[in-house]
Amino acid sequence: MERTVLLSKDYKTGDALGKVLSLQPNQVIEMVKDSGLRGRGGAGFPTGLKWDLAAKASGEKKYVICNADEGEPGTFKDRVLLLEHTEKLVEGMAIAAYAIGSDEGIIYLRSEYRWMLKELQQRIESSMNVVKQKGFTFRLEVRQNAGAYICGEETALIESLEGKRGEPRNRPPYPVECGYLNCPTIVNNVETFCYIPKIVNQGPDEFKRYGTEKSKGTKLFSISGDCNKPGVYELDLGSPVSDVLKLVDAERTKAVQIGGASGVTIGEKDFDKPIAFEGFPPGGSIIIFNKSRNMRHVLKNLMEFFVDESCGQCTPCREGNLRILEAIDRLDSGEKLDEEYMETLVELANVMKVASKCGLGQTSANPFLYIYENFREDL
Amino acid sequence: MATTNVQTKLKISINDKELQAHPGDTILQVAEKNEIHIPTLCHHSDLCLSGVCRVCVCEVHGERLLQTACSTPVRDGMKVYTNTTKVRKARKMIIELLVSRHFGECTTCKRNMNCELQALAEEYGLEEVRFDKPAERRYEVEDQNPVVRDNDKCILCRRCVNVCDEIQGVEAIKPMFRGSESEIACMYNLDLGEVTCVMCGQCINRCPTGALTEKDATKEVWKAIEDPTKHVIVQTAPAIRATVAELFDIAPGSRITGKLVTALRKIGFDSVLDTDFTADLTIMEEGTELLTRLKKVLVDGDKETKIPMFTSCSPGWIKFCEHYYPDLLGNLSTCKSPQQMFGALAKTYYAEQMKLDPANIVTVSVMPCTAKKFEADRPEMNDSGYKDVDYVLTNRELGRMIKQAGVNIMELDETDYDSLMARGTGAAVIFGATGGVMEAALRTAYEIITGREVPFENLNITAVRGLDGVKEAAIKLEGLVDAWKFLEGATLKIAIANGLNNARKLMDKVRAGEADYHFIEIMACPGGCLGGGGQPIPTSQAIREKRAGAIYDEDMALRVRKSHENEDVKKIYEVYLGEPLGHKSHKLLHTHYTERGRY
Repeated sequence: MERTVLLSKDYKTGDALGKVLSLQPNQVIEMVKDSGLRGRGGAGFPTGLKWDLAAKASGEKKYVICNADEGEPGTFKDRVLLLEHTEKLVEGMAIAAYAIGSDEGIIYLRSEYRWMLKELQQRIESSMNVVKQKGFTFRLEVRQNAGAYICGEETALIESLEGKRGEPRNRPPYPVECGYLNCPTIVNNVETFCYIPKIVNQGPDEFKRYGTEKSKGTKLFSISGDCNKPGVYELDLGSPVSDVLKLVDAERTKAVQIGGASGVTIGEKDFDKPIAFEGFPPGGSIIIFNKSRNMRHVLKNLMEFFVDESCGQCTPCREGNLRILEAIDRLDSGEKLDEEYMETLVELANVMKVASKCGLGQTSANPFLYIYENFREDL
Repeated sequence: MATTNVQTKLKISINDKELQAHPGDTILQVAEKNEIHIPTLCHHSDLCLSGVCRVCVCEVHGERLLQTACSTPVRDGMKVYTNTTKVRKARKMIIELLVSRHFGECTTCKRNMNCELQALAEEYGLEEVRFDKPAERRYEVEDQNPVVRDNDKCILCRRCVNVCDEIQGVEAIKPMFRGSESEIACMYNLDLGEVTCVMCGQCINRCPTGALTEKDATKEVWKAIEDPTKHVIVQTAPAIRATVAELFDIAPGSRITGKLVTALRKIGFDSVLDTDFTADLTIMEEGTELLTRLKKVLVDGDKETKIPMFTSCSPGWIKFCEHYYPDLLGNLSTCKSPQQMFGALAKTYYAEQMKLDPANIVTVSVMPCTAKKFEADRPEMNDSGYKDVDYVLTNRELGRMIKQAGVNIMELDETDYDSLMARGTGAAVIFGATGGVMEAALRTAYEIITGREVPFENLNITAVRGLDGVKEAAIKLEGLVDAWKFLEGATLKIAIANGLNNARKLMDKVRAGEADYHFIEIMACPGGCLGGGGQPIPTSQAIREKRAGAIYDEDMALRVRKSHENEDVKKIYEVYLGEPLGHKSHKLLHTHYTERGRY
């Protein structure tokens, strides 16, 4: 169901921070934990727990990083938040900083969003004035990605911030213990931070009114593809796919891809299922394909993307994506691949899922697996 | 991963076997300690954890994802499974993926039978490669430098990148581009010879495949040997004798000097001589240079003369200094390395004594080092009027020649080197280990200025031994002979570094004026020449320790263990050179350095 919670303009910058500053940091963390807020970047890690780990990690200097590297194909909801709800983001980051004991934040901005930099910085500055008025010492800067998709992965993002080649790190240690410049660091998505002032102002219970048992609250979705009303929507977590299709006026829908390029690709038989952490993963994007589309073309497009965007570090992702793309290319040129070879590719995809170093390689074979499973006739 | 708290113990299990571990241990470390085999490829015991190839994946109870043994720290109660269907399938698939993109035939590869990818394919019983192998080369072989790169054989394990960064602090090569286009390359895709690569060859020693190899000179050497008009001299570096046996599947730590000499004769060299001779000569020249510098600085107040003086035997170190510390070139001893002293003398002194036309002499050296190839090709290395050293073979190339000659080295009788430039002392032998040049220099210099032997049991200056990255020592100078009385009561401060990242630590101190050393020994490679880039593969700290043991045993086994007591050295000063730092020495045995850019 569509709502206006996060996107509501009924909000006064600074109220939440003012309230937070009268609390103990651990009380703030408890509040976030209580809300059940899970990371809005896609992985859904409990935000309060992340903050708690960073707060308890030893280290004098700690960092709050906002992942604004909105690079998942089909996502554009953070763009709206960055430009139209900047004050919520800044306030959310300041609250996070207070909660974990940090005085420094960085917004890591997608390279393709360079065009908004000037306006964003102006808006940040005015929000930061409020932070200052409230008497909280916090430094916030915007840093830019250079264009690599992988830098949206939090440890690759940190490497990139440190001026290194953007590649995922080994984990553990996790960023909450050893992140940016080896200091305890939280990395949260733009949307995650934006919910924070809301939760503080209205209390965790209000936030929990929507959503499901394991997926609390509303969430923004970037909906695009074959529909009459594409755009950014705020929906209850747990909304069934069919409701979403109705909302955006999609017709003759053949397939829906939920959670970005590496998410799930489902057909009609699954349209009644919910979009939630316990259902179809609620990443930022929903892409709709109607019956005129051939899913092999979709798959080819996605695999080309992953072949280009794999960092090249680990074997399963670097080589695996390439091998899947090669097979799709062969199919595309009219060649028939026997069952045995297709099963080899499934075996490969499953190895990529469990043996790749980071989320990219662990999920980049998903489109192949889903499309092979649900739209085999197109291959 | 190091752990400071050895008291705390964790309980984990591997394949249901209960084991104890320390916090910070990786799964692999615990497995290795308990003799549980986990295959690895990107992991190397000399390097920080990497976790990129994924060959070492294991199942951890309760985790959906497989975990890499090399990079995953253990935690209390962890249950690890190294041998399940899921694990075997994943490993085999990963090996298959690597093999499928690895271009080239095993049979024509220098690493045939000594290739970790080949071994893994065998271990996992790879029966077929289900993905298309590349039909043609994607990269040109870069073969103009002592270090040859064939990126078509590269499996992107990054050990080369890591050794160049972590151990050598050079960072000449890096991963470039993304995804399937990833490759290991120099900045702007320049050639290795155009960047700050010091040609140390440490990357070759870490490479699991044949992607990195030495530039082969065996063909040229065979040709010279077979040319009846040429008198082909071979010199063997100190560190060769203690390692060459490894090329014939003998465990590290066996020294086979006599067999090596016989093998070289069987190959057909006209004269088998020893770099140890010029190592002793280096001590005479360098020791004298040090004392002269100290006098100039401490007594004469000469502002031009620089201390601390740095050793100059290691050509990788020289090139490093030229690139990164050009302001400190004045601190480098002007002595050529033993190899180059040998070459210059072979075509002058030796030619004269043996009544040979130097134009017909071909000098070949067998070195533990790829940078020696670079050094021999330096344009200034022609003081004899000819190219002083014509060809440099690494230990590995020599191994190939011995095999090609059909010689079973381990079965050979032991023979002695030829005469004239062949006798070396124990002091020369230890040049092969880090601290060895320092120890040899001290044995001589101390005796020159005090008239007494160094005050250590059996001449063994243990303070400068061992494979620590940086070592320091101080010796109080007392009871000096008249000529050196000005140093009476002074404390000689020395430092030693092996591995260029360690050298950096010392150099930064020197540059900042924070070092009060008088003499610094630097060897480019970990452990010194015994860990050189031309040595047998594999290498590890344990292997280097065994090689060091063999070198110090050889020193103890020799009757003469001080360079200044080398009879051949005494003779050459008598009949040819005159005195250390004399006119002829200056011409033949000393050199100058070139400031090189960083880019």
